[in-house]
Amino acid sequence: MRIKINGKEQVIEKGLSVAELLIVNKVEMPDMVSVQLNGEFVRRGKFSQTVLKENDEIDFLYFMGGGK
Amino acid sequence: MAMNDAQLERFSRHIILKEVGIEGQEKIIQGKILIIGAGGLGAPAALYLAAAGVGIIGLVDGDKVDLTNLQRQVIHFTPDVGKPKVTSAKEKIELINPDIKVITYQERVFADNILEIIGGYDFIIDGTDNFPAKFLINDVCVMTQKPFSHGGILRFDGQTMTYVPGRACYRCIFKEPPPKNAVPSCSQAGVLGAVAGMLGTIQAAEALKFIIGKGELLLNRLLIFNAFKMEFRTVRTQRNSQCPVCGSKPTITSLEDYEQPACDLHLKEDINENKG
Ligand SMILES: [Zn+2]
Repeated sequence: MRIKINGKEQVIEKGLSVAELLIVNKVEMPDMVSVQLNGEFVRRGKFSQTVLKENDEIDFLYFMGGGK
Repeated sequence: MAMNDAQLERFSRHIILKEVGIEGQEKIIQGKILIIGAGGLGAPAALYLAAAGVGIIGLVDGDKVDLTNLQRQVIHFTPDVGKPKVTSAKEKIELINPDIKVITYQERVFADNILEIIGGYDFIIDGTDNFPAKFLINDVCVMTQKPFSHGGILRFDGQTMTYVPGRACYRCIFKEPPPKNAVPSCSQAGVLGAVAGMLGTIQAAEALKFIIGKGELLLNRLLIFNAFKMEFRTVRTQRNSQCPVCGSKPTITSLEDYEQPACDLHLKEDINENKG
């Protein structure tokens, strides 16, 4: 099925959870990412229960702590 | 307050913009902006705000200029190595525009000093390099209803958003600081100097638009860019009702200092340990 990840279309297996998508997409440090699904913040504790649907738009937002 | 002939000439390229005009430039001259961190983000922000004629610029930084800073912190020059960053930045601002009043705070922000520091300013620019400071700035700005610009950079990436009361805050997106062991150290991470310039300059533009009250700020939007691919994207965000600081049942009601040290602090500790 098709979903949009960070604004780009990607075909993924049906029934993947947010937690599984993070692994499939090789997000190295899941602790350093905040997830928005269709514009709503997904709590970290719900990553494995949240299953993706066709046409979902998901954003991985990374912590960026630098500035100096 | 009327501008004199020299000011009319100096700011003519602003005044000629119909969105700024004489009225907007006068607001800038009366503006009070605080920059927390006189480094990669704070340096370009300070230069542009100085050039724009912002009346009062506050600078907060406890560090001294070192040689590794000069690759990106463009307000500091080679002879400034060893000088407090706030002093070095103040000197440059005054060279650009002697009319600007620069107030320096040679310290780090903590829960017990930040309230007093930010009090008199219209807008805050977060140019800090660590999560404890970034969360502290967010929390104090939400609690005191102070607009601010968040900025973060890493390697070739940058992200920024602007907060005004009632809109999404930094914690609406990033609930709490990441676990300590997940944060890459500065020496591992690195950053392309120009990325800091790009982001700090965006923050300065946001501050100026806020001061003149025109244009669209990065509200409920997170601007993310990657300079390696040179791709820009804005992600729509929204106020999170479960946000621990601005949500309907806030769990954070007083300021706190997180333990997580700044990454350059890490380095210093490591160096000291090696010496010992
Ligand atoms: Zn919030």
